[in-house]
Amino acid sequence: MLNTLLVPVLVIGLAGFLCGLLLAIAARFLHVFEDPRIEKVTSLLPGANCGGCGYAGCADYARAIVEKGAPPNLCRPCSAAGARDIAALLGVEAKAAEKMVALVLCNGGDVRSRRSFLYNGLAECVSADMLSGGGKTCRYGCLGYGNCARVCPVGAIQTGAHNLAVVDPGRCISCGLCVKACPRNLIRLVPASHSVHILCRNRDRGVMTRKACDVGCIACQKCVKAATGQGLHMEGNLAVVDYTLPLSPELVGVCPQKTIHQRPAGPLP
Amino acid sequence: MADPTAPLWMLSSSPHAHEGSSVRRIMIDVLIALLPAFAVAVAVFGLDAIRLVTVCVASCLLAEFGARKLMGRNAGIDDFSAAVTGVLLAFNLPPALPTWMAVLGSVFAIVVVKQLFGGIGYNIFNPALCARVFLLISFPVAMTTWAPWDAVTTATPLGAWKTAWAAGAAPAHFAATYPLGSLFLGNQLGSLGEVSELALLLGGLYLLARRVIYWEIPVFYLATVAGFAAILYAIDPVTNLSPLYHLATGGLFLGAFFMATDMVTSPVTRVGQMVYGVGLGLLTLVIRRWGGYPEGVSFAILILNAFSPLIDKFIQPRTFGHAKKKPA
Amino acid sequence: MKTIKAPFKLPNTLHLHYHKEATAALALEVMPAPAVVQIPMSQHLGAPSRPIVARGDSVGLGQPIAEPVGAVSAWAHASVSGVVKSIGEGLSTSGRPTTFIELENDGLDRPGSTLQPRPDWASADGKSLIPLIAAAGIVGMGGAGFPTHIKISPPAGRIIDTLIVNGAECEPFLTADQRLMMEKADLIWNGIQILRHILGGPRIRVAIEDDKPEAIRAMEKAMARADGDVEIVSLPAAYPMGAEKQLILSVLGREIPSGGLPADVGALVENVATCAAVYEAIVLGQPVTQRVVTVTGPLIRRPANILARIGTTLADLIAFCGGLTGQSGKLICGGPMMGVAQIGADVPMGKTTSGLLALPRESVRLFDSMPCISCNRCVRACPMSLLPCTITSAVEADQLETVEALHTLDCIECGCCSYVCPSRRPMVQLMRQGKARVQLARRQKQEQEKAKGKQG
Repeated sequence: MLNTLLVPVLVIGLAGFLCGLLLAIAARFLHVFEDPRIEKVTSLLPGANCGGCGYAGCADYARAIVEKGAPPNLCRPCSAAGARDIAALLGVEAKAAEKMVALVLCNGGDVRSRRSFLYNGLAECVSADMLSGGGKTCRYGCLGYGNCARVCPVGAIQTGAHNLAVVDPGRCISCGLCVKACPRNLIRLVPASHSVHILCRNRDRGVMTRKACDVGCIACQKCVKAATGQGLHMEGNLAVVDYTLPLSPELVGVCPQKTIHQRPAGPLP
Repeated sequence: MADPTAPLWMLSSSPHAHEGSSVRRIMIDVLIALLPAFAVAVAVFGLDAIRLVTVCVASCLLAEFGARKLMGRNAGIDDFSAAVTGVLLAFNLPPALPTWMAVLGSVFAIVVVKQLFGGIGYNIFNPALCARVFLLISFPVAMTTWAPWDAVTTATPLGAWKTAWAAGAAPAHFAATYPLGSLFLGNQLGSLGEVSELALLLGGLYLLARRVIYWEIPVFYLATVAGFAAILYAIDPVTNLSPLYHLATGGLFLGAFFMATDMVTSPVTRVGQMVYGVGLGLLTLVIRRWGGYPEGVSFAILILNAFSPLIDKFIQPRTFGHAKKKPA
Repeated sequence: MKTIKAPFKLPNTLHLHYHKEATAALALEVMPAPAVVQIPMSQHLGAPSRPIVARGDSVGLGQPIAEPVGAVSAWAHASVSGVVKSIGEGLSTSGRPTTFIELENDGLDRPGSTLQPRPDWASADGKSLIPLIAAAGIVGMGGAGFPTHIKISPPAGRIIDTLIVNGAECEPFLTADQRLMMEKADLIWNGIQILRHILGGPRIRVAIEDDKPEAIRAMEKAMARADGDVEIVSLPAAYPMGAEKQLILSVLGREIPSGGLPADVGALVENVATCAAVYEAIVLGQPVTQRVVTVTGPLIRRPANILARIGTTLADLIAFCGGLTGQSGKLICGGPMMGVAQIGADVPMGKTTSGLLALPRESVRLFDSMPCISCNRCVRACPMSLLPCTITSAVEADQLETVEALHTLDCIECGCCSYVCPSRRPMVQLMRQGKARVQLARRQKQEQEKAKGKQG
């Protein structure tokens, strides 16, 4: 009776002990030295693993900061204070990075931007863009199939009822994943402090743009004249904000196409 | 371009043509192919066959509908895949099984094995076979009681052989008790759908002609069983059954043509399917000869189901223009 | 000269519903030049051509109006005589934005070609003829549109021992090449001889599918007294027999290595229409200003094989064929397997437009797919021996490493997998998406490494 109980207990116990011993030996002899600062830096990073810094997640970035001297301010989701803490920990100087947010440079949802044919295929931007632009007449505008929304680690992008991607600036951690995801290069990171934007990337001539969309830039240049060329300029048939100087909100009223918006700018109903 | 009255052309990716096949058509073909075996089942087992098939199909369809609705998926059952599962499950049940057990098995097949894994196309195991094994383990007596209607419970041919072999007696008179030809035609006890190899073969040929299944799995499966059995028989013809008996008994034909060829759970490449067929044959015979159960088809298929992703990973065709095989 | 059966068998092919009966027996019709043509600047593979005329300029028929840009590009020519009406933008038949030169036809067909005819080509140095082919704007007219002058100048160290002339035309509905072979076999054979001269006398294999016996007979007649190693290869009618890689395998038994060119296995494939264009350019001094188009489909009132000017809009082609018989459904340039659905009928045809197919709305299948059931029909159908079902599932699951490891970039987008898929999954679209994303990821990685290299 005793044996039937004792033997298995002993066998299992012994096996467990041996395994533990092996692990202990392995830990002792196969130990890889890791800079303790890596762990500290990792804990200061937000842990979202968004990859916006260009490394394969927060731990990888922390290792790069400590071992390869990568700049500590690449993490956009980090607050300025967070970057300062990391810099202080490593004894390097922190250059404060300005808070950036993603912005979709198109305001032509289904209501205002025309679709010239019926797209019948994958609801996915890369595929739609390759197929004559997925039904959208404007070949620069937002397709609205939400590739950006799908990669956003914090759910800050909504495509809404009008098939137009809109970033919630409050939630955006400026990781930049959506910038890479958009096959039409419509998303860019802009300073959060900047409130006046030109929401269009259409480089066609005004006549063509007008045919495609009600709120596209028609290159009338009224905004550039009103701002006397300060803070925005023409790139061919498109007015582009420089984001170096603040713009006056009065420009919103100057634009005849309602292309210029002041944040927070969402889709019109 | 901007003229709102202009006709809107449809834009879609090439190709713009399709051969016209559909999942529903495939499932209907499988149902058609099961008709001969169903006819034999009705002839041999009478009303019990109709009762079990009706109950299983109805409860599978209901379970599919309910599960999809609850999971917020499109509640369509018009692809008939649940109906196929129902018929196949019924074919794997003994004719006298109580109705409530059949319902339980159907619900298990659809809800647990199919829908919980993601629905059609995502299940790892064959739903009907899983449900059969589930019932076999849960209700071993009911699942192995073959003919209570005449109050004389006899065993299936394979069961009889197994009992004789376990008792140490050589099944010398086996051939006399069970003439081969009549086994092939359906004069044997067993689950609803497995009694007549001829009817199953007819259905299998129909599926092959319709290109619903391909020849690799059934041919390699049956050939391996026959070959392996022939080797065993050659070594010791006294205690081993002849390969023909192995082919003509049990659920081998049902398994080879209808269960092992289940698209979702079998490998996708030709060579992979051959390997799969060989594996099935070996495992089936190992279970029949040395295992605890008289029949090994269900277990062999379920075990190989688990290996089919692995087979797909390691057996890949050589891509055009590439030097040699390179598993991904 | 003899006719042989295709010596090598392809691993996977499909037998499609061919629907060629509507136009196979119809002789070529010459379509009168329309009042306005729009010449696209991208009708070939490579960089778009650059316009060298301005609005208001007067141009003659065959006058060069756009020049090549960069290494891989082609000349474009006026396909009517008249005045440059405008230079605008729009989508080409391939669905990509391009520039158009709009010409107003004066109806005179005033000659403007600057090409010097060389009826004495046989005595000329072969290499000296290549610039003429470039100047004639000849591109692969089978559909790919690769500039021919580049194709026939193989890279150093590569010797072309076989010229395969592609008359397979395996796409359903299309009969343009078939009619061309039946009616202009001499033209094609003369073009082949010029190409043979340029390439230094390789073997000639004229490959035609055996469901076009009249075309084979016509070519046999034209080539009856051919000298040298010349054969007509009768291919089994199967799809995609006319794809370059498959054709070379079937005729020569040679497999182009992944990412390689036909020249890597000593072969060159030219479409029959391209050969005819070579003859017209060298002997007659005519650049590419017209081509044969099959206008067909259930929606076309009077299907036809027509010789149309480059730049004719699809609407003009349809009007010439009696208009549409029903509600608009799908308009496709090329065949139903690899053709491109068009956004509208105001798109002009280019040098590669071999067919225009109009399908009625009721026959257009809507995108409504089910999950993959691993039926492996696509695996058995894929002529490149890929695993389309596994690849597309990986694309959907964002597993780009798997997508790349499964050789997705080798996909030729022939459409076989979509054609047989019982779940009606958009296989080709998923494969394209996978290819695009793998390439994008590679580019981004390269850029990142370059940026890192700069930092370090």
